[in-house]
Amino acid sequence: MRKRSGRSAFIFLCAAPAVILFTVFMIIPTINVFRMSLFRRSAYSTTEIFVGFDNFARLMKDTNFIRSMQNTILLIVVVTIITFFFALVFAAILTREEIKGQNFFRVIFYIPNILSVVVISAIFSAIYDTNNGTLNSLLSLFSGETVKILWKGESMVMVSLIIAMVWQAIGYYMVMYMASMASVPQSLYESASLDGAGRIKQFFQVTLPLIWTNIRTTLTFFIISTINMAFLFVKAMTSGGPNGASEVALTYMYKQAYTNSSYGYGMAIGALIFLFSFGLSALVNVVTKREPLEF
Amino acid sequence: MKKTTKSTTERLYKIFIYVALITLAVTIIIPVAWVFLASIKENSEFYRNPWSMPAGFYIQNFADAWNKARMGEYMLNSVIVTTLALLILLLVALPAAYVLSRFSFRGRKILNAAFMGGLFINVNYIVVPIFLMLVDGDKLLRGVFGDGFLLNNIFVLALVYAATALPFTVYLLSGYFATLAHDYEEAAYIDGAGYGTTMIQVIFPMAQPSIITVILFNFLSFWNEYIIAMTLLSDPKGGKTLPVGLMQLNQAQQSAAQYGQLYAGLVLVMLPTLILYICVQKKLTQGMTLGGLKG
Repeated sequence: MRKRSGRSAFIFLCAAPAVILFTVFMIIPTINVFRMSLFRRSAYSTTEIFVGFDNFARLMKDTNFIRSMQNTILLIVVVTIITFFFALVFAAILTREEIKGQNFFRVIFYIPNILSVVVISAIFSAIYDTNNGTLNSLLSLFSGETVKILWKGESMVMVSLIIAMVWQAIGYYMVMYMASMASVPQSLYESASLDGAGRIKQFFQVTLPLIWTNIRTTLTFFIISTINMAFLFVKAMTSGGPNGASEVALTYMYKQAYTNSSYGYGMAIGALIFLFSFGLSALVNVVTKREPLEF
Repeated sequence: MKKTTKSTTERLYKIFIYVALITLAVTIIIPVAWVFLASIKENSEFYRNPWSMPAGFYIQNFADAWNKARMGEYMLNSVIVTTLALLILLLVALPAAYVLSRFSFRGRKILNAAFMGGLFINVNYIVVPIFLMLVDGDKLLRGVFGDGFLLNNIFVLALVYAATALPFTVYLLSGYFATLAHDYEEAAYIDGAGYGTTMIQVIFPMAQPSIITVILFNFLSFWNEYIIAMTLLSDPKGGKTLPVGLMQLNQAQQSAAQYGQLYAGLVLVMLPTLILYICVQKKLTQGMTLGGLKG
């Protein structure tokens, strides 16, 4: 009997701090995102006025919000496709081929992932600089004339963002694919090669089906993390400018909720993106469902 | 005849692979190395050819960044916040992960599910509600004590970091604890050890590899984080963390060019993560697949 009571006290003492911290700083704020999206609250008073779905109705007519959503979706689609392609190809090369310095390449490719987005943004700002930037000077060198492309101008800013985001993400996904590719048994490749399958055919008929579960997982990662990384990159690199051309959903949320102090309106954006990312992940999960292969 | 054509395509293929690998490696190495070189250039050198090597070792940049741009102070803040957040995190997460994975009690399933769900809550969605909660808390404190201390407080920031890292950390640690045999505890109990002693002296030492993984990942995310830091340390004259200070320097740089200071600041942010990465890169990429394949 004594041991039992000691046991529950021990469990309680161990679990309570974590549960309290988690509740205060994660669960309550998350509930608040949804709750506050139904209210109006301004900077100078803490009184909240219930407005129902009014914030959402206003959002649907807000062209700035619609543009930020379009940019977000563009980034999700383009960054995912390009990163996915390169990560998969480089992972396949580094696991399947006999490469000198294989470990060196793996180590180098992962570096962007350990750098702060602030650092990456500053580096890319220097690269994209119109007058002193390395990119323009490189292009000038090859074309023989002075190139003055406004990389962070209205027409190019999304392209510039995509390049920076892909640069950051390739290594991370490559390491993930390498881990699952390494577990595909060598004998399968040997028998495929006896059947006359070349590299490309082996990739599509052996590698890809066998790491499919891993690919599905990473697709969910892609959606959730691109929404996030877009926020970090835009905030540090362009602040949504010029003229809102690079605004993404979460920067617009932050602008409304924090800078503008339209808390309710901002949280409505947050709630919507929350649901959007979940919905999209669920959709991708259903669409990519295959019978799992055993090996 | 046929054999020679095959070996030529084979050779071309190999060349192509190396070109692709080296290209990607170069696009990563050059910008990072370039920051280090630029950090010792004099300001006037930036207006000449951006590709030129530094004329000398202009250490003054670091002194300026350290003092004038207050990077020294910000660095100290970053060190305190990161260390403190890691300590709180380990202190809270280790016992919680232990009881959640190895004891059966009422409510355990719900708690496990809640922490799992927490993996999907991204901090960027809830940063404004956390900020408002602290604003309200400060108002309450001002009413009672005459002064609020929750905002612009690096200790509160560390607490928020630790709290938001809980789901991932608890998930990773419980995953490890669950693999251990129950014999360890039974043997310790027979020897007369209590629950706490058993946990601290028998189980935690065994979990050392997982603890190191946890420290590595969270060090990188705390050190590089800037959205929460920017929001919760909102006093423009007050203390900041290194990435936030750097972002301001980057934005100021676009009007008043202080290139040298900026690059010196970038080096200060990058260097600790790069050194850590070089020391433990193997562990990090292995640990990533451990925590990565969670879906």
